[in-house]
Amino acid sequence: MVGKLILRFVVSLFLFISLVQASETIKIGAIVAATGPASFLGDPELKTLQHYVDKINKEGGVNGKQIELIHYDTGANPKKAVTFVKRLINQDKVVAIIGPSTSGETMAIIKFVQRAKIPLMSMAGAVAIIDPVKKYVFKIVATDRMACEKVMEDLKNRSITNLALISGTGGFGKSMRKQCKLVAPKYGIDIVADETYGKKDSDMTSQLLKIKNNKKVQAVLNAGFGQGPAIVTKNYAQLHIKHPLYQSHGVASKKFIEIAGGASEGVKVVAPPVVVADKLSDNFPNKKVALEYKNEYEKAFNSQVSSFGGHAYDALYIVVDAIKRANSLDPRKIRDEIENTKNFEGVDGIVNLSPKDHLGLDTKTGMVLLEIKNGDWELAK
Amino acid sequence: MVELLGYIISGLTVGFIYTLVGVGFTVIYNSSGIINFSQGEFVMVGGMSTVFLLYAGIPFGFAFILAIMITSIVGVVLYKLIDFSKDSSEISLIILTLGFAIFLRGLAQLIFDKQLHTMPSFVGEGAFEIAGSVITYQALLIMVVASAIVVGLYLFFKKTKSGQAMMAVSNNKDAAKLMGINTRKILMLNFVISAIIASIGGILLTPITSTNYEVGIMLGLKGFCAAIIGGLGTPFGAVAGGLLLGILESLVAGYISSEYKDAVAFVVLLAILFFMPGGIFGNLKAQRV
Repeated sequence: MVGKLILRFVVSLFLFISLVQASETIKIGAIVAATGPASFLGDPELKTLQHYVDKINKEGGVNGKQIELIHYDTGANPKKAVTFVKRLINQDKVVAIIGPSTSGETMAIIKFVQRAKIPLMSMAGAVAIIDPVKKYVFKIVATDRMACEKVMEDLKNRSITNLALISGTGGFGKSMRKQCKLVAPKYGIDIVADETYGKKDSDMTSQLLKIKNNKKVQAVLNAGFGQGPAIVTKNYAQLHIKHPLYQSHGVASKKFIEIAGGASEGVKVVAPPVVVADKLSDNFPNKKVALEYKNEYEKAFNSQVSSFGGHAYDALYIVVDAIKRANSLDPRKIRDEIENTKNFEGVDGIVNLSPKDHLGLDTKTGMVLLEIKNGDWELAK
Repeated sequence: MVELLGYIISGLTVGFIYTLVGVGFTVIYNSSGIINFSQGEFVMVGGMSTVFLLYAGIPFGFAFILAIMITSIVGVVLYKLIDFSKDSSEISLIILTLGFAIFLRGLAQLIFDKQLHTMPSFVGEGAFEIAGSVITYQALLIMVVASAIVVGLYLFFKKTKSGQAMMAVSNNKDAAKLMGINTRKILMLNFVISAIIASIGGILLTPITSTNYEVGIMLGLKGFCAAIIGGLGTPFGAVAGGLLLGILESLVAGYISSEYKDAVAFVVLLAILFFMPGGIFGNLKAQRV
């Protein structure tokens, strides 16, 4: 009697274990700001992640296992990001984490993923996330330093050496201003004027007048996003300043052209390639994947593609490829394989990661220089 | 010298924008003795409503009038709230207006959206050039309208019976009531006038600054500074305060550094409160004890 009971128990236990194994999934965590002030980042990111996880699962998953995407919405709040990263690590036991959407949140959770030894693939902009390199922290998304470098390359090609900066005082403008000042000497460029404006200022004529009166200035770079750059562009045209005007990747959306109107004609904008995927030349290395992503996103969600969703595409596929190569669910092995990513064709550019470089993008494929002509983007010549 | 003139001209545009917002503060303060911190949001409601009415295909003139009506209704709602809690202290009522501002911002996010919007300038995109600087036609229109509103308000308060009634209510509510003045009607009228001024401001500003749900925060703050500097309660004070602020900001940006530009408003504000607590044009009211 007792023997029978034990037998039953053992059999059912085996059944249970095999059941669990059959339904074992690859748990990937995602922390995005799907709502709140950074929802313009998080919303397309989450949509992209869900869309492509479904697609991978329909095609048979990774190494025969289905992916389970466990995602939390932080509303761009670093405190929530910390709560959720702990939950992903301790309760959900994910093998890798994608996100967060913003730099502040990413910086807040770095120590937790480092301690738990879980690879993190951030979708935020700041250089500080990967410089200095942290073992378990990677990021996609071109940095503001790269945007500066792209502009300076163009200036160098035009033999312009004197640049005026005008930056917003928000986090984005501040960080980019610092990076631009840092890289300028590398390209032999002098920052001859350095103006700022408040995030909600309604007129920048005074600052631009000062730049106009400065005889040394040959070109102007505006670092910022939101309404600021649009007002700068309008005032710039009203004051008839003839120097070339460069805008950062912060305004690389059609909204900017719409708000700045006719004044935006001839303005040069640094942008991630996906914005103009259909206009890239055919030998642009990641044109194919950028265009495919753009078309698929626009079809699936019936809204215009932004560069932000592309970050999620790249983050997901870099992680998935690494899991494939590692053929294991050990986060440490997955981390090693993420670091081994070579020539990954992403929406953001060609990614080559290494122990010294946890970003792996360069200015050739990670950024393109556009010029606004007839109210639309064109590749700058 | 030309440089100096250029900076002053640049400051004028911003100065008149602050004036236009600041005047709204003086109207409500005049009658009720409270500072309406949702004044900036009234400006936002005016601008955003116009933009979205235009999107809906309504011709400009109608959109303009409808937007003013919408903002007036918002003004009446705020008045009703204040009337409902009229036994509370002035501080509580001021906090109520702050809460109402947050409510309006939230509502605007829900009803409209979180994007930036703009509309074409309705007097053309051109500009006058003076001393290397420019005044756009739109800015000129703002200057004209702001001046007209200020003069109009002055005449209204000084010369009309309703205006006099308002002043009476502001000076002594109980005495005004005993004189047969319908204080509640007068107060409501004040909120409506203030909302109308704000919505006109919002509509005129949108082609220059563009608008979104939170555009009212900074405009409200700077407008408030302008009103305080000039002396709360006098429309001319708001003009002086707004222009002083705009020109000082421009000069600081031009000659010192644009880094310090935003500090100007608050330094001037502190200085005025220390040395001329009633503002440039204000006369100190006797404090109620």
